[in-house]
Amino acid sequence: MSEVKYIRGYPEYMRELIDTVNQTRIKRKDYTPRAMSMEERGNVLKLHPDFAPGGKRKISIGQNKGDIGANEVVDLLEAYPLVKDEEIDLSKVDYEPDILIIGGGLAGTSAAIWANNQGVPAEKILLANKLRHGDANSIMAEGGTQAADRPNDSPVIHFLDAMGGGHFANKPDVLKALVEDAPLIIHWLIELGAMIDREENGEFSEKWGGGTCRRRMHACRDYTGLEEFRVLRDEFRNRKIPSLEFYPAVELLTDGEGRATGAILCNLETSEYEIVKAKSIILATGGFGRLHIRGFPTTNHYGATCDGLVLAYRAGAKLRDTDTVQYHPTGAAFPPQIIGLLLTEKLRSMGAQPVNKDGEAFVFPLEPRDVEAASFIRECYVRNKGILTPTGMRGIWLDTPLIEVKNGEGTIDKAFPGMKRMFERFDIDMRTDPVLVFPTLHYQNGGVETDPEGKTDVEGLYVAGEVSGGVHGKNRLMGNSTLDCMVFGRRSGIYAAEYVKKAKRNGKLSLEHVKRYVNMLEKAGIKRERKAPILLPDYRGKAVLARMIDVF
Amino acid sequence: MDVIAESNKSVTTGIDEKDIKNWVKIYVMGKAYRVPAGLTIMQAMEFAGYRFIRSSGCRAGFCGACATIYRKAEDYKLHAVMACQTRVEDGMFLVQIPFSPAEKSIYNINKENYNVGTLFKHYPELARCLSCNTCTKSCPQDLEVMDYIQDAIKGNFRAVAEESFDCIQCGLCAVRCPAELVQYHIAQLARRMYGRYGTKEPELLNARLKEIEKGKYKNDWDRLLKATTKELEKMYAEREREPD
Repeated sequence: MSEVKYIRGYPEYMRELIDTVNQTRIKRKDYTPRAMSMEERGNVLKLHPDFAPGGKRKISIGQNKGDIGANEVVDLLEAYPLVKDEEIDLSKVDYEPDILIIGGGLAGTSAAIWANNQGVPAEKILLANKLRHGDANSIMAEGGTQAADRPNDSPVIHFLDAMGGGHFANKPDVLKALVEDAPLIIHWLIELGAMIDREENGEFSEKWGGGTCRRRMHACRDYTGLEEFRVLRDEFRNRKIPSLEFYPAVELLTDGEGRATGAILCNLETSEYEIVKAKSIILATGGFGRLHIRGFPTTNHYGATCDGLVLAYRAGAKLRDTDTVQYHPTGAAFPPQIIGLLLTEKLRSMGAQPVNKDGEAFVFPLEPRDVEAASFIRECYVRNKGILTPTGMRGIWLDTPLIEVKNGEGTIDKAFPGMKRMFERFDIDMRTDPVLVFPTLHYQNGGVETDPEGKTDVEGLYVAGEVSGGVHGKNRLMGNSTLDCMVFGRRSGIYAAEYVKKAKRNGKLSLEHVKRYVNMLEKAGIKRERKAPILLPDYRGKAVLARMIDVF
Repeated sequence: MDVIAESNKSVTTGIDEKDIKNWVKIYVMGKAYRVPAGLTIMQAMEFAGYRFIRSSGCRAGFCGACATIYRKAEDYKLHAVMACQTRVEDGMFLVQIPFSPAEKSIYNINKENYNVGTLFKHYPELARCLSCNTCTKSCPQDLEVMDYIQDAIKGNFRAVAEESFDCIQCGLCAVRCPAELVQYHIAQLARRMYGRYGTKEPELLNARLKEIEKGKYKNDWDRLLKATTKELEKMYAEREREPD
């Protein structure tokens, strides 16, 4: 904006504050605040958006009645369907694959490839995407993928790290599957030609992640998810597996007796519905960042609107750990164009320190994400040592130049090309200046309850990736989400393939479960003011909306 | 919490016109709109009333869905950017290119030879490169696209892989290439070939896979899966962090 004077990307008053950070950098080079005790963690977590008063309520209907969830999520569970039973002709089936996969991020794409490996012919698989194949949170994963493959590490230590990070609420058998398959997944990726950062001797260049006690992060520069995903999508296309784009699922279909038998898809451009009949369905629809829970900005992609939970819940699947939401400690807080976008945890793994207004390092940089995020909120809103932005946000400095001081000049160019490029577009050089951060809505910790095979308690319905619940408990660690997608994408693909070989197609497609759900909504006295799934958020200007007329 | 939500309002629910002091005029496919200065092209179009189905994906510069070209008045240059990563400027004439039809070659990575012949077999049009550098100029990631295509012609897989690594496959290079190359697919093949055949074996990973296969951790799992939360908490607290 023209009247504000910017000097190398920052307004003048922020420049002065940056001087303070620059002055204390050398002192902080060899000083890291110690990690918190469990008691200290407990204290600061009281300020976390999950625990701060308000924001949540009990689910009033369905199999999780009485459980706590974020208001925004419960709103969608307590909402009416988009389609009415009488509008839909289920007798004309448009697609009849053995396996229908809903959602084409890392999880869905992995599931397709492994179902194919397991003997399901390509033409008997169908991948339906809400947007393009790959418009998913997966490709935005920056930091890495965990796998315990160094001699001083083991899947057992990985298990303990994730258990503690998840507040011991993780499902142990599901978590075991995650950590024990991790080395296999890395091996699979490099067999397919993924470029994971290596040392000259061929070993992986492994980094720290928050809440881990070993270095086990496998990264691809700061484009980890992008590299993993585009390799898998390329492989998917080589196998000629059918895929539909701009076709979100708006409802699942069941046989009326608890088995999932298909889905209703909607062509986003023509609004025409299409019917899929399948022997088994893998739900890989991702998370809910675009619900902006508690008014937070998000790192998530445009389509992350919680559809999977809504559809699976109506079909009778149980949810779990709906009471927690992950806020990533380091979302961008400045410039305003990129508020909420992710600044990878790998920045802190490689030495960037969170610093307050007075240039002090105030927290161990690699606490589990919920603890780290809560400590930023405390610094900004309790201790009043945050930095005020021109748009009224408060933030914490992330001292990125320290990465160059600790690892040598040129490290940022090499390890963080994506981050550097993002700030350069707004005239900020993160090699010489710190960047401003504040927690941002990042991840759906819970979801549709799963078992080690990716099964839900609805027969024929599998889940993989962020939509599932159980593996991360109440808080996910860095590097376990891309891993989750591939481990349970693979597992659900394999077990769904085994299931369809045995399953008899009973041929019945119905919306009975939706009718029952609507009855429950009515009985509970829920007004018909909300519909779900919402498919896409709406950011249109209010003035335009106020003058909109319905002409065709 | 309410204070935090209030300060994020413009991002989560849309911009309130009352707060805007500076405005610019942009042209979306020829139509003029007055929008707040300082927004990204994507935010500005939404402000103007567009609700995206196409042309909006990750909204963070990773997916390539919002490839956009624009020209400014009295400027000959056609600029190529990502709508989610670029500030609006007064007088931008914009159009978005969310989809570029392109042929991808089908191959089996296990059966290809690690030599230049593989690139030419799948993408013979490589030989048509005119070295005009239009691809480089159209890359919103500022990659040296023409350089990596020249490296591909020479069969230098490593150079193609490193140079093209930050590609988000938006397709703008392929749309503008006068020789009709699909640079991003060529680079994808080269990267996979390099990742598969151009790097040494990770011995530690292979050793760990064997250990898991042989059931090395079986006893640990028996113990851990039976442990109470209290016991797990104790084990967690007793972990020792490996030195930095």
